Amino acid sequence: MMNRETGPVETDAGLQSEKIETRNLSVYYDNTPAVTDVSVQIPDRAVTALIGASGCGKTSFLRCINRMNDTVPDARVSGEIIIDGTDINAPDVNPVTLRSRVGMVFQKPNPFPKTIYMNVAYGPKIHGLAATPAEMDAIVENALQRAGLWSEVKDRLDQPGPSLSGGQQQRLCIARAIAVSPEIILMDEPCSALDPIATARIEELMDELRQRYCIVLVTHSMQQAARVSQKTAFFNLGKLVEIGDTETIFTNPLEQMTQDYITGRFG
Amino acid sequence: MHQHIVTSFSDELDQLSAALLQMGGLAETMISDACQALTTQNRELAERVISRNFEMDKMESDCQRDVTRLLALRQPMASDLRMVVGAIKIAGSIERIGHLSKNIAQRSIHIMDSGNMSAETKNVMSINGIERMGRAVSRQLQIALDGYARRDSEAALRVIFQDDDIDSHYNALLKSMLVYMTEDRQRLDERSNFLFIVKNLERIGDHCSNIAKVVHYIATGNHILTQNIPDQPTEGNDKAAKA
Repeated sequence: MMNRETGPVETDAGLQSEKIETRNLSVYYDNTPAVTDVSVQIPDRAVTALIGASGCGKTSFLRCINRMNDTVPDARVSGEIIIDGTDINAPDVNPVTLRSRVGMVFQKPNPFPKTIYMNVAYGPKIHGLAATPAEMDAIVENALQRAGLWSEVKDRLDQPGPSLSGGQQQRLCIARAIAVSPEIILMDEPCSALDPIATARIEELMDELRQRYCIVLVTHSMQQAARVSQKTAFFNLGKLVEIGDTETIFTNPLEQMTQDYITGRFG
Repeated sequence: MHQHIVTSFSDELDQLSAALLQMGGLAETMISDACQALTTQNRELAERVISRNFEMDKMESDCQRDVTRLLALRQPMASDLRMVVGAIKIAGSIERIGHLSKNIAQRSIHIMDSGNMSAETKNVMSINGIERMGRAVSRQLQIALDGYARRDSEAALRVIFQDDDIDSHYNALLKSMLVYMTEDRQRLDERSNFLFIVKNLERIGDHCSNIAKVVHYIATGNHILTQNIPDQPTEGNDKAAKA
């Protein structure tokens, strides 16, 4: 069981320095706790997977990192979320600016009802990242290249984003997220609506993107967490039970509760 | 440990464990029968050991098939993963034990075919005891397999420690036989067979030790290396000195 005196068990993943740190983070919806007292460090340039049963608080935790919970009525967040040494809930932090640093990809691909080009150009445009059309073209191409979509769409950039296949739409959403040069990418079950081939492409993309970004992935697929992440955190009933390097979590977790969950003996 | 939510998965893991223990039981019988065949000059028993090796090969093949199937279809994790991966290693070691037992039986038949066993050879066997060594390795296998059944890392460590006793048996028998071989070169063939038999028993002891290391890994998740084996909690352990 989790040690109530010292918090969740942690094994050293030997990764890059931390990018995100939460201190006693709690989230309440209408006074119902969804996340309770989570203190954790998330490394830069690595994929950290959050696993746990439905309702365990992993998505609520994820949504705190770019203050998406600000938009939820009756949601209340306490504790600290530190990114690069700055508390993102401090009064002087602009959530819009924060979200340009912390991109998000959702469970279901949600391209804008605009052209492929405009889906990617939209963020850079509202953040004023391109001074000229040529600069914007370069940003769009670069983002689509990094998302592994460029070769498939370069000749039809003026077609609607929603006309792409599900897997392509999800990569378009990833391109849209990275077009504003974020530092962190939050992914909330990004492959749950995709077929195995499209999933493999996204996973390959995650592996490439982690060279540049801090990626936090919520997934129900433990195989996916095992395949793509370097660090894995197990949540249960809103609490962080264990976090450690992925290999340890999936071969020899320290906590019996983690063991029971990942071997399918939970409940 | 709790029952798996998918009971058919639990059933398959249980069946794999049961199959391994059945294999281990056969190996224990083969060791014991091979040694008895030698000491009682029982050709029929020796031939039975040889024939049972086919059964052993079939069991290992079935185990490999079951493990492959479990990995592909169930994608086991954590303790289940260690158990499944460990099973294939243990099955390999048990198969080797069966093969070495078969070899003991074959060499026993060679010794029987070469005429009556020489008095010196019988003497060596009565003094140092091939039966005793056979019982010791059989016991090692039994403890290792009990440890597997109970996921008992302490039992695994006991087997690893006691491998030194097997080595002592082996060295004592080896020295005796070498003395007799240098004194009487007329019966080198018989005595060479005897040497190989003793060597086979020593190798069976090593396989028991390997099984114990896998059992320790399954139970704890930690690989045990020779240099990392802790001091034996009893007197007479020279493992630490070796490390």
